[in-house]
Amino acid sequence: MTGLFRDKVDIALTVNGEPVEARVPAGQHLVDFLRASLGLTGAHASCEHGVCGACTVQVDGKAVRGCLMLAAQADGAEVWTVEGLSDTAEINDLQEAFVERNALQCGFCTPGMLIAVKELLAGGGVPSRAEIREHLSGNYCRCTGYEAIVDAVETVARARAERGAA
Amino acid sequence: MKASAGGYARASDVRQALEMLAASDGSGRVLAGGQSLIAAMNMRLSTGDILVDISRIEELAGVRETSDSLWIGALTPHAEIGRNALIRDHAPLLSQAVGFIAHAAIRNRGTIGGALAHADPAAEFPAGVLALGATLHVEGLDGPRDIPAEDFFQDIFETAIDDGEILTGISIPKAASDERQTITEVARRSGDYALAGVCLVKRSGKHRLSLFSVAPKPVLAVQAMAELDRGDIEGAVRALQADIDPSSDTQATATYRRHLAGILLRRAVATIQGESE
Repeated sequence: MTGLFRDKVDIALTVNGEPVEARVPAGQHLVDFLRASLGLTGAHASCEHGVCGACTVQVDGKAVRGCLMLAAQADGAEVWTVEGLSDTAEINDLQEAFVERNALQCGFCTPGMLIAVKELLAGGGVPSRAEIREHLSGNYCRCTGYEAIVDAVETVARARAERGAA
Repeated sequence: MKASAGGYARASDVRQALEMLAASDGSGRVLAGGQSLIAAMNMRLSTGDILVDISRIEELAGVRETSDSLWIGALTPHAEIGRNALIRDHAPLLSQAVGFIAHAAIRNRGTIGGALAHADPAAEFPAGVLALGATLHVEGLDGPRDIPAEDFFQDIFETAIDDGEILTGISIPKAASDERQTITEVARRSGDYALAGVCLVKRSGKHRLSLFSVAPKPVLAVQAMAELDRGDIEGAVRALQADIDPSSDTQATATYRRHLAGILLRRAVATIQGESE
C-alpha cells in the first residue's frame, strides 16, 4: 500500500488553452508550478496563506487562490492566468479601465485583482460599489487605496451592461 | 512559506479514501478544499502529512432533501451553500453564514465538511450546525456512524471523528414555516475570523443559541437559551456570560469578547423579532 502515496505526482491539465503534462512535487502550490515550471509569472506568490489574493488564478471557471491549491490537485483542470486572458482579449476592457482610472501603481496585486473582478462581472448586471468592495475584500492593494479600482470595475460593469442592452 | 507534504494520493470513492487513510500509518490527512489545511501546511504548522485527496469523490457533494431534513454533502463548497435554493429555504442560517466566511475565491474551494472537521472555534459553520441541531455523518472502515452536533465539537480543532474516519455529510432538520434563524458577528475586516459571533434559531417558541470565537469550541449557550424561552432578553444576556469562556489574544481581550457576545445576542434577537412582525 505504501506505493499509493507519491512524492511526485503526474498531472495533465490545460493552462491558458494549451495542454500541459508535468510531474510535480506533492506539496507544490499551483501558483509556484505556474510561475517556476511554466514561466507564467503574472500571478504572484506573496502571503502564501490565502490572505492577500495576489496569487488568484482561474480554475475550472472559478477564481481560486494559487497558494491554497496544490498543483497535484489541478490534474484535469482548466487553468487560466492573466497571461492567457490577456492573449484572448477577454478582459481587455477591464485592463484598459484599470489604466484609465489609475487603478494600479506598482501592479503587484493587479493580475489577481483582474481575475477576481472577471468573476464578479461574469454574473452580469452592474454591482453596487459596496458589492464590488465586498467581492474584492480578499485582494489587497497597498498602492491605490482601492477607490480607483472600484471606479474602474464600476465603469466596465456599466459599459458592458450598455453594450448588452444596445 | 512553502508547504511540505509527505505524499499525495487521490481517492475516487469513500472506500478507497478510507483504505488510503488506513495505509498511511497515522500520518494521513484528509485534503478536501484545502483552504485551511494548505494554509496550515504553508505556515509549517503541519509538515510531512500524507495527503488523502477526497475532493473528487462525487458521492460526497451536493444537497438533497427528504421530507423533514436536508442532507448536505461534506464536499459542498461554501459558494454553493450560499446560492443553493434548498438551503436558502430550509436552513437559511447557513446561507447567511457564507457571507461572513473569508473571501469569494476561498469560498469557491472551501467545503462545509472541511470547515466542520477542522473545527476552528472562530468559524461560522461549526456554530451554525450546532444551533441548527444538525447530525454529522462520519464513515470508517467499520461502517458509518451519526454524531449529534452537540457531541461533535470537543475542543480547539478537535472533533469526535476518530482516526481513520471521514466526515461524509450532515443532516439538518428543515426549518418550520414560523422558524426564524439568524447569524451575526463582529470582525475587524470583511472576511476575517470573527472576534465574536452568534447563531440564533427560534423553533416552535424554543430558542437555540450558539456562539463562536468565545471559547475553545463552538458553544451551545443553554443557560441563555432558557432565559430566551422565558422571554427575558436581558436575563439571557446575563446568563450568557456563564455559558462562554473567551480568551484574550492580539485581536481582542476576553472582556471585549464578553461585551460583544451580549451586544450580538441583543442584535440577533432584534433581527428575529423584526422578521416575525
